[in-house]
Amino acid sequence: MTGESKMTTHYFALPEFSRRFIPIWRRNFLVWKKMAGSAILGNLADPVIYMLGMGYGLGGMLPKIGEMSYMAFLSAGIVCYSTMNSASFEALYSGFSRMHEQRTWDAILNTPVTLDDIVFSEVVWAASKSLLSGLAVLLVIWLLGMSHSLLSLWIIPLALLVGLCFAALGLIVTALAPGYDFFMYYFTLVITPMVLLCGVFFPVEQLPQLLQNVSSLLPLTHAVNLARPLLNDAIPAHFLLHIAVLSGYALTGFYVSLVLFRKRLSQ
Amino acid sequence: MNAVLSARDLRKSYGDQIVVDGLNLSIQRGECFGLLGPNGAGKTTTLRLMLGLIEPDAGELRLFDHAVPDQARAARLRVGVVPQMDNLDPDFTVAENLLVYGRYFGISDAVIEARLPDLLEFANLTHKRDVKVTTLSGGMKRRLTLARALVNDPEVIFLDEPTTGLDPQARHLIWQRLRELTAHGKTLLLTTHFMDEAERLCHRLAVMDNGRIISEGSPRELIEQNIEPQVVEVFGEHAAAWAQGHAVHHAQRFEVSGETVYCYVSDAQPLLQELQQHPELRYLHRPANLEDVFLKLTGREMRE
Repeated sequence: MTGESKMTTHYFALPEFSRRFIPIWRRNFLVWKKMAGSAILGNLADPVIYMLGMGYGLGGMLPKIGEMSYMAFLSAGIVCYSTMNSASFEALYSGFSRMHEQRTWDAILNTPVTLDDIVFSEVVWAASKSLLSGLAVLLVIWLLGMSHSLLSLWIIPLALLVGLCFAALGLIVTALAPGYDFFMYYFTLVITPMVLLCGVFFPVEQLPQLLQNVSSLLPLTHAVNLARPLLNDAIPAHFLLHIAVLSGYALTGFYVSLVLFRKRLSQ
Repeated sequence: MNAVLSARDLRKSYGDQIVVDGLNLSIQRGECFGLLGPNGAGKTTTLRLMLGLIEPDAGELRLFDHAVPDQARAARLRVGVVPQMDNLDPDFTVAENLLVYGRYFGISDAVIEARLPDLLEFANLTHKRDVKVTTLSGGMKRRLTLARALVNDPEVIFLDEPTTGLDPQARHLIWQRLRELTAHGKTLLLTTHFMDEAERLCHRLAVMDNGRIISEGSPRELIEQNIEPQVVEVFGEHAAAWAQGHAVHHAQRFEVSGETVYCYVSDAQPLLQELQQHPELRYLHRPANLEDVFLKLTGREMRE
C-alpha cells in the first residue's frame, strides 16, 4: 500500500485498505481495557449460565442427541450464539455511538484516515470481541469437560470468522439506522429467528422442511455445522462450503455497509 | 504568490439546493483567513470540501501541492482541524485523547509523549493531564480540541467557529492562542459569525452568503469598500418616525430595526446637530465596523 491513495470517486468503488485502520483498533482496545473486568466477566458468565441452566434443566429430560449429551450439543450452539451476539452488539450499538453520538468518526476523518479504514476497523474490532467471547466459551467448555478434542482449537479461528460475518452484517443496519431504537428490528426480525432456526438449541432436522430450507441459507447454521463436529472430535462435513458461506456473508456485508456509509457520510 | 490553499470555481449541491456556488479563494502561507457568513451560507461545507471529506460537483481545489479530494489523505497529514462540534473521546483522559489522536497520523507514541507537555501547556491543561474529558468545562474542551489539532505539528489549521458557545474569558484565551499560532508562522483558516473575532484575528476576510463570496479583503478594506465610515445609532419609541422625517436629509443611508435607526454617514456633524433638537431620542455615534458591513451585505433578516 502506498502512502498516497486516491479517494473513492464513487460510492460503489471497491474498498481501499491501508494500515491506518490499526490506530482505530487500538483506540477501541483502550476503551475496552478500561472496562475489561466487567467485559470478561460477562463473556464468561453468560455461557456458563446458559450451559448449566439449560444443559442440566433441559438436558435432564432429554435423551442423547446422536452420540452427544444435550449439554455437549448445546455447547457448540452457545459458542456460535455468543460470538454472533458479541459482534452484533458491537457493530450496532457501539458502532452507532462512535459514528453518530460521540462523533468519533468525524474526528478521525479529519486525519489521514479514510472512511474505508474506519469501516474496516469496525469490522475487525467487532470480530476481535467475538474472538474473545469465543475463547471464553471454549474455556468454559474445557473446564466443564465437554470437549477433550484438539480439534476444538479450530473454534478460535471459527469465532473470528463468525465475528467478521456478523460484524459486517450488523454494520449494514448501523449505516441505515436513524437511532438506537432501529436496532430492535434487527434483533427481533433477524437475530432471534436465527437463534431458533439454526440449530443452536435443537437439531435443525426437527423443523418442517420449509424452515429447514430457510435455515440452510442463514449464516449461523453454517457456523453451528462447523462448531459441533469440531467440539466432538470430528472433521465437519462440507467444511469448505460452510467457510465459503460465512466468508461470502462477511465480504458482501462489508461492501454493502461501506457503500451505505459512504452515502450517509457524504451528506 | 505562495498560496497554501486555492479553490477555483468550486461547486457543491445537495439535491436542488446549491450550497457552494462557484467559490474562488486563495490563502497565503502564514495568514489568518476568516470565512464569514450567516448560518447556512456554506462555510462548513466549504471546509469539508477543502479537507476532501466530500467531493465537489465541479471546480478545482489544491491544498499544498496536493489535488483535493484525490490526494486528500496526503494533504490532511499536514493539516489540523478544530471542528464546530465537540468530538473528543469521552472515555479518555486529556492526555489519552492527544495520544490516540496522534496515532491516526502515524506518529509514534514516543514522539507524541515528547510533544505532550508543550501541547498541554499551550492549552493551559497541564494540571488536567490525567483527568477524564467529561469533567472539563466548555472552554477547556475547546482548548483541548485546539491542542489535539496541533498534535501533528500542522502547517495549516482549519477552525470551524472556534469560540461559539464560550464565555468571554474562554474566548479571549482562545484568541490569544490563535495569535500565537500565526506568530509562529502557521496558516489559519477560520469560520465565524462573530465580527469582533474576525476583526481582531484575521489578516484577510471573505464574506460568504448563499454559497458565494460576496466581498473579500482586510477588515479595514472591507469597511472602506462597503460602507460609510461613521454610524449614528438612534434609539427610542419615535426613532422610526424621526428617521422618515429627518434622517433622510442628513444620512447617506439609514436602516430601521425595531426601535433603533442605524444612520450611515461620511460626516456625522449635521446629523448630530439635528439630534440636539430631539431630546427624547438617545443616540450613539461610532465608527463603522465589520458587523455593519456584514449586515449590509447579508441583510438583517433571520436565517433559520
